[in-house]
Amino acid sequence: MHEPGGRLGCKSNGARSRRIEKPPAVNPTPPFPQSASPDTLRLERALSLLAQSGQEVPAGVRGSMPWLQSLIDALCDLSSRDGLTGLANRRNFENAIARESDRVARSGEPALLLMLDIDHFKHINDQHGHIAGDLVIKAVAEALNATVRPMDLVARIGGEEFAIILPNCPPAFGTAVAERIREGVQERPIALASGQPLGCTISIGGAYAPQWVRSTPSVWMERADLQLYRAKSEGRNRTCLEPTPVSVVSAEEKGLLFASSIFGEDLS
Amino acid sequence: MNTAPGRRARITAITSGKGGVGKTFLSANLATALARQGEKVLVLDADLGLANLDVVLNLFPKITLHDVFTGKNTLDEAILETGGGFSVLLAGSGMVEYSRLTPEVREQLTDVIRQVLPRFDRILLDTGAGISDVVLYTVSLADEVLIVATPEPTSLTDAYATIKVLATTQNRRDIRVLVNQVSKPGEGRVIRGQLQQVVDRFVSPGLEVPVKLEFVGEVPIDPAVRDAVKKRQLLLECLPGSGAAQAVVAAATRLRA
Repeated sequence: MHEPGGRLGCKSNGARSRRIEKPPAVNPTPPFPQSASPDTLRLERALSLLAQSGQEVPAGVRGSMPWLQSLIDALCDLSSRDGLTGLANRRNFENAIARESDRVARSGEPALLLMLDIDHFKHINDQHGHIAGDLVIKAVAEALNATVRPMDLVARIGGEEFAIILPNCPPAFGTAVAERIREGVQERPIALASGQPLGCTISIGGAYAPQWVRSTPSVWMERADLQLYRAKSEGRNRTCLEPTPVSVVSAEEKGLLFASSIFGEDLS
Repeated sequence: MNTAPGRRARITAITSGKGGVGKTFLSANLATALARQGEKVLVLDADLGLANLDVVLNLFPKITLHDVFTGKNTLDEAILETGGGFSVLLAGSGMVEYSRLTPEVREQLTDVIRQVLPRFDRILLDTGAGISDVVLYTVSLADEVLIVATPEPTSLTDAYATIKVLATTQNRRDIRVLVNQVSKPGEGRVIRGQLQQVVDRFVSPGLEVPVKLEFVGEVPIDPAVRDAVKKRQLLLECLPGSGAAQAVVAAATRLRA
């Protein structure tokens, strides 16, 4: 059951702040012996993690600075991805939404956040088993990736829950973009191991980053989540975007607003 | 806000879109007039980031809303009696950190209002200027909204933008309008009429129920206002016979209807 505001505890601040722990002063021994040659670095776990995840083991001279840098890069990449789908994981998403929310506060660009949830996923799991469930999650992930722009960030943020950050997405296109994503999932055939085809749909909720300045990522997520809840309760397999508050006053509106004679030159 | 058991106060948010239109000054003097008409009134300084109700009232208490939020003091210690016969809850300095609408700020603000609800007949929320999400959130807690505008085109444009946002995002259908600094009698009504006309043409067609703007009153440009502000006194206390003071009293009467 999807509840509104169920994910409010966005730990954006916690995720962003890093604590650097110093070794205790009483013990002068550093964690790594500084004189150790690179060969003595314990790298086997890191390398096997990379190999297991299908990532390439860095090329170059083992232990050299460039080699270590590529190893670190590969590990960073690994730790920011979801193991099953290869999408951005929740940690990566929280970092990205905090950055995007700060960025649009400065630039005033329209940025759309979509929250997505696979419809009746529990039913799929119960009916066809968890392996089929995983297959569905992977297929949805592929469909999502296939329908967004390269600049958009697609993340798996929970079991059957996904989120997409779409920077610079004009409000006039929001619904069309979200609908295209929804249709992309609906139209993608999923074949179970038995060869049996399976249909799958998603519900989408969306909200634009506030055009006024002060806000937080958690409020933004909550607003999109509320729309997802609406999409679910209105019957699923649909898109609900928060109506954008139109605080811009057009020239036409101003024209009528100041039409009265009290704004004319003749005040008599 | 939800109707909780033991609930009593009617919550009126006072907002303006544009700053510097006399919103805080009117909040304080409307509170005085409402108190004189028998209501037990609390003015809550809801402009958390840039509050200046303390300046208008010439009150600089040691204990403020900030201390309640941080848990240093109790709510009762922060509520002050004013010379106008009403109570205030001032934001105090150090509230800048609350100018971002975090879930914590929201909870604390809602909690404070929930606690004072049974103890007053009326709570006036003196909100910040602009349409930031703090302002919109504060307004969303109110039973009714009073928009303060002046005949200046910029103020009118911002008041209209605020009405539009409140109608579309909060489903507000009845919004009250008080026009400040009018230069001749009747100007306030004309301005309400202009706003209503534009709302009818551009806002209401998208809604199931049209938005109705209710005229609450007009306050004339009056040297008495400047005198009171300079002396940091309530207009209704120091110059009760002035035109502006009488207009505020009339507006308070309409607000109670």
